[in-house]
Amino acid sequence: MNSAPTLWRSEAMRIRVAGRYAAERRFRLIGLGAVALSLGFLAFLLGTMALNGAAGFMETRLKVAIDFPRSDLFLDAAALQGPGAQAALAGADIEGAVAAAAQARFGAAGPRLISDAGWLRVRDALAADPSLLGRKAEFSLPAASGLEGRPEYHALQATGALVRGFNLRFLTGSDATDPAAVGIWGAFKGSLLTMVVTFAIAFPIGVLSALYLEEYAPRNRWTELIEVSINNLAAVPSIIFGLLGLAVFLNFMHMPRSAPLVGGLTLALMTMPVIVIAGRNALKSVPPSVRDAALGIGASPVQVVFHHVLPLALPGILTGTIIGMARALGETAPLLMIGMRAFIAAPPGGLDEPATVLPVQIFLWSDEVSRGFVEKTSAAILVLLAFLMAMNGLAIFLRNRFETRW
Amino acid sequence: MLTDIEAKADLKIRARAVSAFYGAKKAVDDVSLDIGTEHVTAFIGPSGCGKSTFLRTLNRMNDTIAGARVEGRIELDGEDIYGSAMDVVQLRARVGMVFQKPNPFPKSIFENVAYGPRIHGLAPRKAELDGIVERSLRRAGLWDEVKDRLAESGTALSGGQQQRLCIARAIAVDPEVILMDEPASALDPIATARIEELIHELRGRYAIVIVTHNMQQAARVSQRTAFFHLGELVEYGDTSEIFTNPKVPRTQDYITGRYG
Repeated sequence: MNSAPTLWRSEAMRIRVAGRYAAERRFRLIGLGAVALSLGFLAFLLGTMALNGAAGFMETRLKVAIDFPRSDLFLDAAALQGPGAQAALAGADIEGAVAAAAQARFGAAGPRLISDAGWLRVRDALAADPSLLGRKAEFSLPAASGLEGRPEYHALQATGALVRGFNLRFLTGSDATDPAAVGIWGAFKGSLLTMVVTFAIAFPIGVLSALYLEEYAPRNRWTELIEVSINNLAAVPSIIFGLLGLAVFLNFMHMPRSAPLVGGLTLALMTMPVIVIAGRNALKSVPPSVRDAALGIGASPVQVVFHHVLPLALPGILTGTIIGMARALGETAPLLMIGMRAFIAAPPGGLDEPATVLPVQIFLWSDEVSRGFVEKTSAAILVLLAFLMAMNGLAIFLRNRFETRW
Repeated sequence: MLTDIEAKADLKIRARAVSAFYGAKKAVDDVSLDIGTEHVTAFIGPSGCGKSTFLRTLNRMNDTIAGARVEGRIELDGEDIYGSAMDVVQLRARVGMVFQKPNPFPKSIFENVAYGPRIHGLAPRKAELDGIVERSLRRAGLWDEVKDRLAESGTALSGGQQQRLCIARAIAVDPEVILMDEPASALDPIATARIEELIHELRGRYAIVIVTHNMQQAARVSQRTAFFHLGELVEYGDTSEIFTNPKVPRTQDYITGRYG
């Protein structure tokens, strides 16, 4: 043992202290840099999405006047009021009438300025108000996609025939072949139904499994095996779950193809291990003194779990559930395997009807050739992000509620 | 080494040849003693001597530890507490426990005390429950300090108040025995004094067993003392006898501070 006194004021000591401060500063700068870099990426991603996607929520409309009494449309208002209205509308050449009106207004190229699906709005308007047939009416019809980039755009704008407006149809409609006519509601509803199924299956089963394994199961080789299996399941690539869903739910149990029910079940299989692992960790972190206290005044094991342990673990369990559900919401691969990549032009009416989900819809649109789908893809991504944030917001709200109750 | 309590009418707990194991390790070795209602009984001894383990066999809290096992016979009012006729949930209500570290539930003060009566169905009506809560808090000497803030969280109280809340929680289910596992070891001297006072006040109504590291505390609060060493019961008798005139040399050495 060196008996010389430590020289706290020596030069060597001063350099050591200065070096320590420098290391501290360096480390803080590196950390700050990492945070700034990831924030930059996030801002770039959200910025480009918002810029591209904003256009996806807008549409250009052309004002076209149709003089019904003088058109070639052989329809009368009376036919549209009875039970035969649908058939009468289907039989009439509304598309031709719209084309003729566009030609009259904008010249020979007129019909091509209007979206292929534009005449559907005229049909809907007629179905809603048959009295239109008796007069000349003006319609704002969606322009053909890509019109904004064509040379005649500015000329049209000068004539005042163009209107830019919010595309409500994008929020209420479903998939279509024409980018000007597509909507996100079908995929949104599909995602919603799928998530409902996933949550309804994965949350209770996951939480109960975690409770059993943590509170009741004896510690032996079997429970160890189960524990390892669950950890492995959480790491299995999602497409494998898709194959499992295809084999079990479709081929063996003959459930309907492309349905939110099957998608939800498949995603539930994927989400469950995440919830079990998070749930067990949350249960483990409940202090044993709370269990002792409850047992010590004669609470039964079930009472201990449901009155004390589970409420205290719930915030942690909810956090795990958010992570699992968020992953399930963004999942594409397993859903492709069970047929949710089909072209679905109507929102699903129930759990067993064909549907698609937001990420798959984004994938399908990004694969389209037509230019108009680019901004629709970005807009759909914005909708997906909004969905995700709403879901997480709800979970965080619930978590905080449970936390402040104690 | 075995000392029976002279007045048999006073007998509450009767332990015979009790051994407790954690896996292969024997923590309590062949302990026999009787515990009565009239006296406060203190268990003293160095760390790891088995006194806490023995205490926890008295309300079967050891059952919750994996690998723990108990041999021998323990009777509460003549009933075998490890017998098949004994309901462990009821046993723990009859033999309440106060732990070393104050462990109130993270709920309101009222809920802390009301929880036990509620799960055992002792107070079907709200007014009765209110009565039990007030009575228990009064008995635990906490009522005047908390009566205006029963809705506040039990964990917001000071350490000493929390421990008295835990005692109130234990007596709310009207137990016959209260086991205290070093109830004051995490408290400052003033809070400790309050707990010791409280033990005096509760004596006679409940059979009280207290495990303590603090020999002065044992001398102050108890009338009977059991000295444990290496899992064995070395000596058991009147506190005044044990502290002034121990019969076994090991007890003498411990009390005079030669080890421990």
